[in-house]
Amino acid sequence: MDTLYIKKSDIAVWWAAIKGACDHVVAPVRKDRVVEFARVENYEEIATDYVQTTRSAKEVLFPRTERLFSYQKNGRDIEVKDFDPQSVPVQVLWQVRPCDAASVFPLDAVFNWDYKDVMYNTRRERTTIVAVSCSTADEYCFCTSVGGGAGDTRGSDILLTYTTDGAIVEVVTERGEKLVALSQNLFTAYTAGDKDSYLASVPQVFDVEKLKEKMHGMFDSTVWKEQSERCLGCGACAYVCPTCSCFDIQENPKGSCGERLRCWDSCGFAQFTLHTSGHNPRSTQASRWRQRLMHKFSYIPQRQDSLGCTGCGRCSRACPVDMNIKEHLSSIDKIQ
Amino acid sequence: MCNCKDKNIYLPYMMQVEKVTVEAPGVKTLRLKFKNEEEGNAFEFRAGQFAEYSAIGDGECTFCIASPSTRKGYVECTFRQAGRVTSSLAKLEEGDTMGFRGPFGNYFPMEEWKGKNLLFIAGGIALPPMRSVIWTALDEREKYGDVTIVYGAKTVADLVYKHELKEWEDREDVTLITTVDPGGETPDWKGKVGFVPTVVGESPINAENTVAIVCGPPVMIKFTFPVLEKLGFDKKNIYTTLENRMKCGVGKCGRCNVGKMYVCKDGPVFSAVDLAELPDDF
Repeated sequence: MDTLYIKKSDIAVWWAAIKGACDHVVAPVRKDRVVEFARVENYEEIATDYVQTTRSAKEVLFPRTERLFSYQKNGRDIEVKDFDPQSVPVQVLWQVRPCDAASVFPLDAVFNWDYKDVMYNTRRERTTIVAVSCSTADEYCFCTSVGGGAGDTRGSDILLTYTTDGAIVEVVTERGEKLVALSQNLFTAYTAGDKDSYLASVPQVFDVEKLKEKMHGMFDSTVWKEQSERCLGCGACAYVCPTCSCFDIQENPKGSCGERLRCWDSCGFAQFTLHTSGHNPRSTQASRWRQRLMHKFSYIPQRQDSLGCTGCGRCSRACPVDMNIKEHLSSIDKIQ
Repeated sequence: MCNCKDKNIYLPYMMQVEKVTVEAPGVKTLRLKFKNEEEGNAFEFRAGQFAEYSAIGDGECTFCIASPSTRKGYVECTFRQAGRVTSSLAKLEEGDTMGFRGPFGNYFPMEEWKGKNLLFIAGGIALPPMRSVIWTALDEREKYGDVTIVYGAKTVADLVYKHELKEWEDREDVTLITTVDPGGETPDWKGKVGFVPTVVGESPINAENTVAIVCGPPVMIKFTFPVLEKLGFDKKNIYTTLENRMKCGVGKCGRCNVGKMYVCKDGPVFSAVDLAELPDDF
C-alpha cells in the first residue's frame, strides 16, 4: 500500500481528472438541512460541513429499487429481457466515511455466498471507493466499538486524510492505483509521520467480541421487549443502514409489458415474515427488534466472518423515537 | 469475486403449462415443461428441493417441486389459491407461459434411507412437497422397506391427489392411512376421523429402522414430533421441510432467516435434531 501526499490546491485538479475518466462521481451534497449522496458535476458542489450523510452510500452498489429483468407478453408467449451489465455506469464514490467503506464486507458476503448476484457484483466492480478519514464525530458514532475507526482503510480503494494544507493519500487497492495514475504528477511520497493527529476521537463503548458471545445465548432474553417498547416499526433504521441488505421482489406491470423489481425491505416490518396461512414467525415488534440486532451481531458473524454493523450511527440519528443502537448495545454488554 | 458472465439468478426459465389438474376446491396442480428444450434437458433436482414459480406480471410464489425427481422432462407444482400470485397462477390454462426458478435448497437424504422403512406424515396442502419424495421412493421401490403414508386434511373434499391416494391404497407395497378432522367426514367416508398427531399415535407404527418424514402446518409438526418420539423414533430419524416466507430463494433477501440458518439455503429439509437447535422463530 502506497502512502502519498497531495496539496490542497491540487485535489480539485485530480478530482476533475477522475470525473473525466468515469461516467459519474457520486459524493455528499448538501440539500437544505440534510447531506445526501448524489451525482456531482463540479468539485465545489461537494459538502464538507457535516458529520454523516443521512442515508448511506450503499445504494450505489445496491439501489433502492432495481430492475431484475423486463418482459413483453405476446399472446400466450412471454419474452424476457435480461439485466444488461453494460448498462451499469463506471462510478467513483467520493468522500464516503470509513464506516461506509467497511460496509462492503457484509454486502459482498451476502451477495456472493453460494449464488452470485450479478447486479451487485457488476456495480461493485465498476465502482471505486474513495473514503475520507473523519476529523469530526458525534455522539452517535461508535465505529471503534465494532472494529472500525476514524482512519480505517478497510473497504476503501483510496483513503484520504485531510491535513492543514493537503491530504494524505493511502492507496489500498489496484482500483485506487488507477485513480492516482490519472494525475500521477500531483502526488509525492508522504513521510511526515502518522495520520492520527488528524483523526476524530471516537471512544470505544463496548467489546464486540464479548457482545457477540453474549448475544448468542440471548434469544429468550426480556431485553428485546424492553428495548423495543417504543419502536414504531417504521423501518427508517434499515433504510439508512449501510449494511442492511434485505429486499422484497415486486412486479411493475404496464399492460402487456413490465418489469420485476427488487426493493429495499426491513425485518422491522410485520409483513416481512407473514405466511399466507396467517402464521407469522415474528408477530411482535420485540421479536423483530431481536432479529435486527441478532442478525447483525450474532447470525452474520456466525456465517460470514463479518459483522452486520459498521458503527455509523445512522439508525440512531434517523429513529423518530430516539432508539439509540449504541446505548442498546452498551446496555446488553453490561447485562451480567 | 465478480464474473459478469454469471447468470442472473433472478431470471426465470420460461415454462409452458402442459396440464392443469384440479385437486380440491381452490387447489390445482400445474405440469410445466421447459420452453427451451436444452434448458429442460440440463435440468435436474432432488426430492425436497423447492422453486420460485411466477405468474409474470403478478409475482413469484415459493413451492416445493411436487413431481418426483425420477421423472424427467417436466416439473409439477400444487398450490392453493390464496393471494395475488396464486390467483393469477390458477387462471393459467394449458399452453400458457409462466416463469420458474430453481431448484433451490437442500433435499431429503434418500441415499441414506436405503433399506429403511419410510413413514410419511402429511397434513392438508403439505402433501405436495411430500409427494415428490413418495413417488421418488415408489419409483425405486426395491431400495426401501415398508412404506406407510399417513395423510390428513380438514375435510374429505380437501384431500389432494385423490386419484393417487386411490393408487397408493390399492398397492400392496404401500400402507395408506387417511384421516379428516372431526366434522370433515362425509357419510361414506371410510378413512379415519381425527387430527394427524392423534392418528399417528394410534396407528401400528414400528419405529425400528424407520425414517419419519413429516410435513404440515407448524401446529401439526409441533404436535407430531412428540408423538413420534413416544413411539420410539430418534430425533435424527425424523425429517421435515419448512415453509418460510421467501422471495429470492438464494439466501439474499433475508426473510427466511431463522437463527444463523437460512431456510432457503440450509433447508428447506431439516431433521428434528437440526430443528431443536433453531431458535423458536419459524
